[in-house]
Amino acid sequence: MARSTSKDAQALFNSLRSAYAATPTSLKIIDLYVGFAVFTALIQVVYMAIVGSFPFNSFLSGVLSCVGTAVLAVCLRIQVNKENKEFKDLPPERAFADFVLCNLVLHLVIMNFLG
Amino acid sequence: MADPENAKEATTLRYAFGNVLSFFILLLIGVLAFWIRLFSVIKYESVIHEFDPYFNYRVTQFLTKNGIYDFWNWFDDRTWYPLGRVIGGTVYPGLTLTAGTIWWILNSLNIPLSVETVCVFTAPIFSAFASWATYLLTKEVKGAGAGLTAAALLAMVPSYISRSVAGSYDNEAVAIFALIFTFYLYIKTLNTGSLFYATLNALAYFYMVCSWGGYTFIINLIPMHVLLCIVTGRYSSRLYIAYAPLVVLGTLLAALVPVVGFNAVMTSEHFASFLVFIIIHVVAFVYYIKGILSPKMFKVAVTLVVSVGLVVCCAVMAILIALVASSPTKGWSGRSLSLLDPTYASKYIPIIASVSEHQPPTWPSYFMDINVLAFLVPAGIIACFLPLSDASSFVVLYIVTSVYFSGVMVRLMLVLAPAACVMSGIALSESFSVFTRSIKFQLHGLSGSSQVDSGDASSSTVVAQNDAGKAEKTEDTAKERPSKKSKKKEKGIVDKPSLKAKIERRLLVLPFEASIFAILLLVLLGAFYVVHCVWAAAEAYSAPSIVLTSYSHDGGLHVFDDFREAYAWLSHNTEVDDKVASWWDYGYQTTAMANRTVIVDNNTWNNTHIATVGTAMSSPEKAAWEIFNSLDVKYVLVVFGGLVGYPSDDINKFLWMVRIGGGVFPHIKEPDYLRDGQYRIDSQATPTMLNCLMYKLSYYRFVETDGRGFDRVRQTEIGKKNFKLTHFEEVFTTHHWMVRIYKLKPPRNRIRGKTKKPRSQKTSSTTRTKRSAATKRNPWH
Repeated sequence: MARSTSKDAQALFNSLRSAYAATPTSLKIIDLYVGFAVFTALIQVVYMAIVGSFPFNSFLSGVLSCVGTAVLAVCLRIQVNKENKEFKDLPPERAFADFVLCNLVLHLVIMNFLG
Repeated sequence: MADPENAKEATTLRYAFGNVLSFFILLLIGVLAFWIRLFSVIKYESVIHEFDPYFNYRVTQFLTKNGIYDFWNWFDDRTWYPLGRVIGGTVYPGLTLTAGTIWWILNSLNIPLSVETVCVFTAPIFSAFASWATYLLTKEVKGAGAGLTAAALLAMVPSYISRSVAGSYDNEAVAIFALIFTFYLYIKTLNTGSLFYATLNALAYFYMVCSWGGYTFIINLIPMHVLLCIVTGRYSSRLYIAYAPLVVLGTLLAALVPVVGFNAVMTSEHFASFLVFIIIHVVAFVYYIKGILSPKMFKVAVTLVVSVGLVVCCAVMAILIALVASSPTKGWSGRSLSLLDPTYASKYIPIIASVSEHQPPTWPSYFMDINVLAFLVPAGIIACFLPLSDASSFVVLYIVTSVYFSGVMVRLMLVLAPAACVMSGIALSESFSVFTRSIKFQLHGLSGSSQVDSGDASSSTVVAQNDAGKAEKTEDTAKERPSKKSKKKEKGIVDKPSLKAKIERRLLVLPFEASIFAILLLVLLGAFYVVHCVWAAAEAYSAPSIVLTSYSHDGGLHVFDDFREAYAWLSHNTEVDDKVASWWDYGYQTTAMANRTVIVDNNTWNNTHIATVGTAMSSPEKAAWEIFNSLDVKYVLVVFGGLVGYPSDDINKFLWMVRIGGGVFPHIKEPDYLRDGQYRIDSQATPTMLNCLMYKLSYYRFVETDGRGFDRVRQTEIGKKNFKLTHFEEVFTTHHWMVRIYKLKPPRNRIRGKTKKPRSQKTSSTTRTKRSAATKRNPWH
């Protein structure tokens, strides 16, 4: 039972890896950026757990800026992905411009809230 | 060959004409929304109404005089003496900043409007904007025809008029516009999947958070809708784009507003949005994995993840539940809890229960406030289901939740109004289109002509059914002539409708006379609605309540301007630093108009302070004098309606003073003031009632007016008629005895002999025990 589940797990892992290798490079770059942002957020949470949460607004703005850029990058990835039928007539430049605008608003708010 | 070109030109011309017509209709709707709210300016004068708007007016005056940095950091020491109030951190700044900006823009253009004028007319202007926002929202849900109808309905709906007449300078004036606009942007993002609209949505949500505490409705309704979409299998990537940036950006922007601050992440009102944020990420991830794996592998992944993930999930949920359960209110604020459990406030927080706006509405008030819309709403709900889209499911959810909340608090009828207008607009527009379609079909059937000059989808399909040979030609002409109402339906029809669909469409056609009659009836319905709305705006909702009018028996108009008379007397005849004590209802008006420091006001943030004033009003003269003296009070103000029959005076509110005071100081017991459970002020009243400060200050010298002391509101003669005041002296009573101002007598310089014994024997026991109880437990010594 355990052997079959571990074999299943391995087969699953291999199929995941092969499927992911087929994605285009631009999407992989976006995925890397998302991973980096989430990693930064996790580091900040660990730091807060060690040092304490004062000043709370700085902690909140730091974590939420990382989470925010991750979310926006995922939105960009959705809009740029060629396999997505819903967005096939959206030019990728427009998607990127929207991404930049939203990031600008997000970081303006962050700068104000950082204290 | 010329025919299709001419047809195309005719189409674009009709299209352009339709656009221009709808632009003018929208303009007229805006003008209507503005003008219908001006009744109070015409009947009375351009004055600010009620109580809360006076506070907002005072804050706006400060903002325009001192600029925005001083406004953010303002600490107000003229209210809640001796505590003061941090205005910058406890007020929702949206309304004052909006009015201040409008005033500043107009003044820099050299249009010298006063601050008061700008404040009075802010609400009608924003209601015009709100009706345009309703047009946009309904257009996204159903189409432009429904949009115009909904906008026209919202411009006039009495429930919205009641909180946005000219002069009602309160948060809801701009908040309803922000609410509708935020919902419009959310639906637009959901329909288009554009990140640009998602950004705009977050900014509109920020404006809503700035304006009103009701923003928690948005941040709970949108996650509910997202959850509904996920559960009903309508998850799409547009849903993710509509929701996820809103949560992150919205939480940050909400935390920027000082009133909300860290509550944006720590109170239970926002937890729903975080929970759904996590859920939508899980769902998105699952869909992504499903997309890149083969079905067999996906099944394996599911079993693996479920077995491992379930354990982790349970652990996290246990921690979360333990955290939330550890706080006594489970993290919710008092007001939100009273919304979820309507009996909560009356049990635990008498202040919230005592506000008349927080009572549940009666059935007739639904008909008064939304009139005809009350039975158009179910028709609209059904119309939303044919066909069901993300946007229409959102509107259905909105109306259902707002109906529930409006049943809890009469103040929230205001949130129901836009939803009811949207639904009714959809219902009216759909029914009109069914009837006109039937009429057109019948007309063409009568004339026998196969030429279709309407562009309506069903008539074209019916004609095509009649003559299969001409089917393609009519479908082509139908394609070339989009009318603004049936654009969406046409796209479905042109792709080769099946025979079954044609038969079903045929069944939607009604007889000719019935359709004409039905259209006439619908127009009549609209006419009744308009008549009711204008009547409600003119008679019911335009009273400024600081000026009262009544008609004397010879038909003349009699004006009661006692409130402003009293405040003017205070501002001219007292020192600038004198403190005035009254019940909290009049606090805002006193600071704004009389410019004196008050002890408690309408903000009601400190229950103990209010209970102190309530205790003082319920105690006998000496105890009350001591309480007021400890608060440095110089003048006491009471409102008395017994001479003219004004029912909202302090004697009618007195039991609430007893309850609130008794909630903090246990020596005040409500049964002491009731005779056999009945509240009376005549000769059968209890001695405690006849000796309390409120009775004495209200009825001092009242017997001099008509010899008998007949109270017109309570409809009895008063119990104690001839008495003197020992610790207070009357300094001013207004023309109709509605406002009475008393001054605290200074303490005597010498006391002859030993300490005075209590004066009258029959109240000695109660006063002595009360006094000793008061001195023993007096927390100010």
